[in-house]
Amino acid sequence: MNEKLVPISFTINGEKLTKQVRPSLLLIDLIRDELNLKGTKPGCLEGECGACTVLVNGSAINSCLFPAVNIHGKEIITIEGLSTVENPLHPIQYKMLEHGAVQCGFCSCGIVLSTKAFSDECKLEGKIPTRQEVKKSLEGHLCRCTGYVKIIDAAEDYLTHSSV
Amino acid sequence: MVKKLKIIGKSSPKLDGKERVSGKAVYGHDIMLPNMLYGMILRSQYPCARIKSIDCSEALALDGVECILTAKDVDVNRIGFKRDHPVFKGETVNCQRDEIAAVAATSRETARQALNLIKVDYEVMEGVFDPFEAMKDDARQINLHGKGAEMFGNKNVAESFNYSHGELEEQKKRSKVIVTRRYQLPRVTHCCLATSNITADYSVLDGRLTLYASTQVPFLYQRDMAHTLKMDPSMIRVIQPIIGGGFGSKLDMYPFEPICALLSIKTGKTVQLLYDREEEFIASPTRQPMIIDLTTGADSAGKFTFREVNITMDNGAYTSWGATTPFVMMQTYSSLYQVPACRFQAKAIYTNNPFAGSFRGYGNPQATFSVERNIDLMAEELGIGKDEIRLINANYPGEVTGQGLHYKTCGAKPALEKVLETSHYSKESKEKQSGRYRRGLGIASMLHVGGGAKIYRSDGCGTRLKLDHYGYLTITTGSSEIGQGSETVLAMIACEELGIPMERINVINTDTDVKPWDVGVHASRTSFVAGNSLLGAIRLLKEKLNDKASKLLDCESEDFIYEEGFIKATQKEIKIDKVAREMHFGSPNELCVVDYFYEPESSFQDKNFMGDVSGNYAFASQVAEVEVDTYTGNVNVLNVYVSQDVGRVLNPVGLQGQIEGGLAIGIGYALTEEMIYKEGRLQNPSFHEYKLLTAVDMPDIHFYPIETLDEAGPYGSKGAGEAPLIPSAAAIANAVSDALGIEFRSLPLNPEKVLKAWSEKKQHEPANSQKV
Repeated sequence: MNEKLVPISFTINGEKLTKQVRPSLLLIDLIRDELNLKGTKPGCLEGECGACTVLVNGSAINSCLFPAVNIHGKEIITIEGLSTVENPLHPIQYKMLEHGAVQCGFCSCGIVLSTKAFSDECKLEGKIPTRQEVKKSLEGHLCRCTGYVKIIDAAEDYLTHSSV
Repeated sequence: MVKKLKIIGKSSPKLDGKERVSGKAVYGHDIMLPNMLYGMILRSQYPCARIKSIDCSEALALDGVECILTAKDVDVNRIGFKRDHPVFKGETVNCQRDEIAAVAATSRETARQALNLIKVDYEVMEGVFDPFEAMKDDARQINLHGKGAEMFGNKNVAESFNYSHGELEEQKKRSKVIVTRRYQLPRVTHCCLATSNITADYSVLDGRLTLYASTQVPFLYQRDMAHTLKMDPSMIRVIQPIIGGGFGSKLDMYPFEPICALLSIKTGKTVQLLYDREEEFIASPTRQPMIIDLTTGADSAGKFTFREVNITMDNGAYTSWGATTPFVMMQTYSSLYQVPACRFQAKAIYTNNPFAGSFRGYGNPQATFSVERNIDLMAEELGIGKDEIRLINANYPGEVTGQGLHYKTCGAKPALEKVLETSHYSKESKEKQSGRYRRGLGIASMLHVGGGAKIYRSDGCGTRLKLDHYGYLTITTGSSEIGQGSETVLAMIACEELGIPMERINVINTDTDVKPWDVGVHASRTSFVAGNSLLGAIRLLKEKLNDKASKLLDCESEDFIYEEGFIKATQKEIKIDKVAREMHFGSPNELCVVDYFYEPESSFQDKNFMGDVSGNYAFASQVAEVEVDTYTGNVNVLNVYVSQDVGRVLNPVGLQGQIEGGLAIGIGYALTEEMIYKEGRLQNPSFHEYKLLTAVDMPDIHFYPIETLDEAGPYGSKGAGEAPLIPSAAAIANAVSDALGIEFRSLPLNPEKVLKAWSEKKQHEPANSQKV
């Protein structure tokens, strides 16, 4: 309870912030409870389901296992960060909707961000991933509604048409 | 003239998909209200014990703790399907889930700390974890509120079902083969991605209770809650936030829900209670574990003669709706394929295990597993093809089964033929296997209700339509959306019938103060029942619009066509919003608003369980192709061929999603999922140890819908949501048996089990089969 607060500075969805946080605070709690960004979902809080995925310096991580103090000096993107007034949805999100990859939706935001990270990685390497690689990239996400097929289809469609 | 459909049958993206994929959708976990407290539950330390004392004094003294409740602090009725479940347990605890106390505090951390400070003194007792032990005369009575002794002649029987048709003994004599087996089906759980949640907001000003609850059955829930809390149901408003997965788990009200309401009532503040994942595993419902003793026969031509089954269900300590799964199972035993005689007995037995609930498929995956395994064994013994034996016994259109189910349409045989053809079953199944990797094919079919199920006093659904001055339509439906896409189908129907574009249609379906009655999301009923209800409402709305439009256009109304926002006659047309305005501002002044209630024409079963209980029936067949690694025991499902009589495809992309999602649960049931209990305690309450499939585990799915255009359903459709997972475990088990020449009688077929069976077979060769 009486932990000493640590100051951290970071960028979240393009906005620079400084916060005093407890060293034990997890990133998901900072995002959901203190910054009120509720699109990051608490599915298991044990790093298994991927629903709480956010991007830290472009890499997809489980925010439920990530200490908030570790974002000091880093750039965070949550699902809200993909949305602007001009472009309310990212092309990955359109692909998810088009392919029917969203049912209850609790896992969807995490999957969007993982796909974005994987896409950026592929672009950097200048490669178009195979379907098997797409599946592999989604392995960290649990979904109980869709049976994954539509999610894989959406991600593959996006990755093969947007990369390079 | 048959109208050409423009919208129905073409894929429409999920109506509220944008909110869900962008993080804007508000789930129960995302609700924040002013001055909200956080609730948490102290559960039993032992699965079976007497509570000697509970001391909350230290916890109450903690700064930030506003309220602690135990059994002695509340005046409530018991809950559950049999009203055998105390909300708080004050004298004895009967399972690991049991609720002893609940805390409301200003933060989750404080609530958790407070739980740790509550001291409970137990007198530990020896639990009964095996239903057969529980049935013995000298067993202790597990649930003191159970009525088993009076009703069923055994104190630990929670519920019992007996059914029969046909001349069983005569059919036994006619049989060339008779196969008797015992099957054992595991306890598995829903694993909704959003854990259980509720936010309760009681107003001390007017005594009204608002519940933000992820229920699948808001009106039954409202009634159950009112009974529990001794309140007037209409003083309780149930608002469903976006629900992060249902699958049957939210068909009952569970203790945490009235507990949260009580914390709010006692504090006069809003209280939110969220499960973490471990609590979700420990304290949310499960599928019924069962032991199924099945005897089946066939004559020399392969025609089925009889089925005799005795089912022992582990009910756990309390009784939920899930204890009524035999309603569905008996249909499978009596009526899946042609069955001249059937005797069915099922008992739900109290144990000190956690209580089972309802889960997509509702007993049918278990029943189908046993039936389809026995069919393979009979075919082997008779020396006829596993495809052939199913084809000659397949259900047919016009059939009235022994139980009285009337198949006005029936795609059973076309579905079976389709999967046999597309999987090249007859060719592939004859190929000999050798080496490390062995491939096999397995077939299974299923029967399920397709037009609701008349089990509750009404199986209906209400709809209210409002066409506003600007041509926008609001559909207020009693039905609920849990991710399955029913709201999209409803909007498609309205778009089809009224020619109002999808983007001008709004579906309201989350508030019991606003929406008309509906029995809930279950039995694959929503598109069927809510769809028919909407069509009825549209008929009424069109009567009004036709009447006004014919006056305005000065022509007969019979020929009107509704499209692109217009009501069109041969030569003239008028905008639909103008008609709505003229109705309001013209004479007589009226609004373009209608109400309709639809009740399916199905009938109640009589006391012998005879009756045509559903508006129509859904049929499906699957062929699974597996590859078994005989070095590791790992089963890889390569292909699943699915053909399903869906009546009519309404939204192809939504239907495909139901098929694939259902299969994923079915494959998990077949291969990986199992809640492991030791003396009533769950050993694997996390996703680390309870293995769900991931993207890389999914097979190629080949789906072939069969359209039988059943006149009871909207546009001829039938319920489709549960069917895809019902036969999949059976098909996979049959395929693994085919690959290895080993008989499996339990699930899941995890690598340990498969490898063990394979090693034993190797040791005992040349014995032709082994049992596991």
